[in-house]
Amino acid sequence: MNDTPTPAGYTPFPAAGNISDQEREDLRRHGILLTSLEELYGWGRSNSIWPLQFGLACCAIEMIAAATARFDIARFGAEIFRPSPRQADLMIVSGTVTKKMAPQVVRLWNQMPEPKYCIAMGACAISGGPFKQGYNVLKGIDRFIPVDIYIPGCPPRPEALLHGLTQLQEKIRAERVSGPQAARHLQPDAASEFPVPDYGAHDLQPPSNPKLFTAHVLPRKA
Amino acid sequence: METLEQIRDRLLARFPAAKVELVTNPGTAAEHSLLLDAVFAPEVARFLRDDPALRLDYCSNVSGVDWPEKEIIDTVKKSVPDPAGGPAKVVEEKTKRIQPGYLEAVYHLYSMTLKHGPVVLRLRTGNRTDQVTLPSLTPVWRAADFQEREVFDLYGIIFSGHPDLRRILMWDEFKDHPMRKDYVSPDDFEWEPTPHGDVHERAKAHYPAPPPAATPTPEAKP
Repeated sequence: MNDTPTPAGYTPFPAAGNISDQEREDLRRHGILLTSLEELYGWGRSNSIWPLQFGLACCAIEMIAAATARFDIARFGAEIFRPSPRQADLMIVSGTVTKKMAPQVVRLWNQMPEPKYCIAMGACAISGGPFKQGYNVLKGIDRFIPVDIYIPGCPPRPEALLHGLTQLQEKIRAERVSGPQAARHLQPDAASEFPVPDYGAHDLQPPSNPKLFTAHVLPRKA
Repeated sequence: METLEQIRDRLLARFPAAKVELVTNPGTAAEHSLLLDAVFAPEVARFLRDDPALRLDYCSNVSGVDWPEKEIIDTVKKSVPDPAGGPAKVVEEKTKRIQPGYLEAVYHLYSMTLKHGPVVLRLRTGNRTDQVTLPSLTPVWRAADFQEREVFDLYGIIFSGHPDLRRILMWDEFKDHPMRKDYVSPDDFEWEPTPHGDVHERAKAHYPAPPPAATPTPEAKP
């Protein structure tokens, strides 16, 4: 799910500093914790992801279930659902995004401060799902905002959402503070806000953001 | 409850200028309906609601139906006498006629006080293009408000006398009426992972035919 390319010679998390993982594990076993600021930063951020409190369809019910005592998303530090985009780190697009709703979703995304992450939860948010061939459902929220984690399912169970969340935590911990592997929000040229589509006479205008979404070319059998 | 024929006869006696027709349903449900004259519909509706024997005080449902222009072939068997004096020949004569299209609003009425129903009313527009105005029955049954708006949104029937006739599902700038038979949905079929049937036909336009010698490499979704 983490699609950042790994350059040659680069060791992913948790190597930090000049000692090997093995040596650090040995030290840990002896009660000595070594860390880097970068690692501490990632650890802290990844364990207090505050999701935006909004749901779009039946996937939202599973998201709510994930927050209840049985599944308890609080174990992963993401239990504080914020009712304001200004205070949220994570947008869980939980459910069918209709074309009428899409501009509002993009606007909420634009209102979230960096660093921010997006989970597309369920078949509808990924691709339109069972409504893919309809006239009124957006065929995937990745046409308008960048998605970090895709969780398939219709709807995904709370365990799947928790799995997606832990995947996102790994992704956050792997982000660097500087250099080519720097987190998106630390790169000065990376976009943070995306154009909100307009309501057109027949469809959204534009129907997708060409900077984010390019249709895959499928080979056609002759 | 009275039969539909009795209701029709009473309506015709009460409103001599109105046209009330019985439309039979040949299916097993046999849910027959009354086709009303659009001009007299509000008066007839008010009568049905207030008549002490009927008391149809609850409009449970308003639906739209699109009947596109239909070509009907009538076959008439004729016996043609043989000029040579032999037995008469039976010849089939086929005549084509065009049944003009129209839009229909269907109301399902029940009585809460007398516990009976349903009585089904139909209203038909003159055609599907410029004579699409029907009288609104929302002043008679408040419950018809949102459903008439939905019929207006998806079928394009204009209900005159409706207190708040706006689109309810699609956005205000939207021009089409998606539930009409001749509606053409926006062509966003550029990426269909497993197209088949009609979807395949529409998606084909977006997929270039493979170059003669190249081997296709399917891309992975990032």
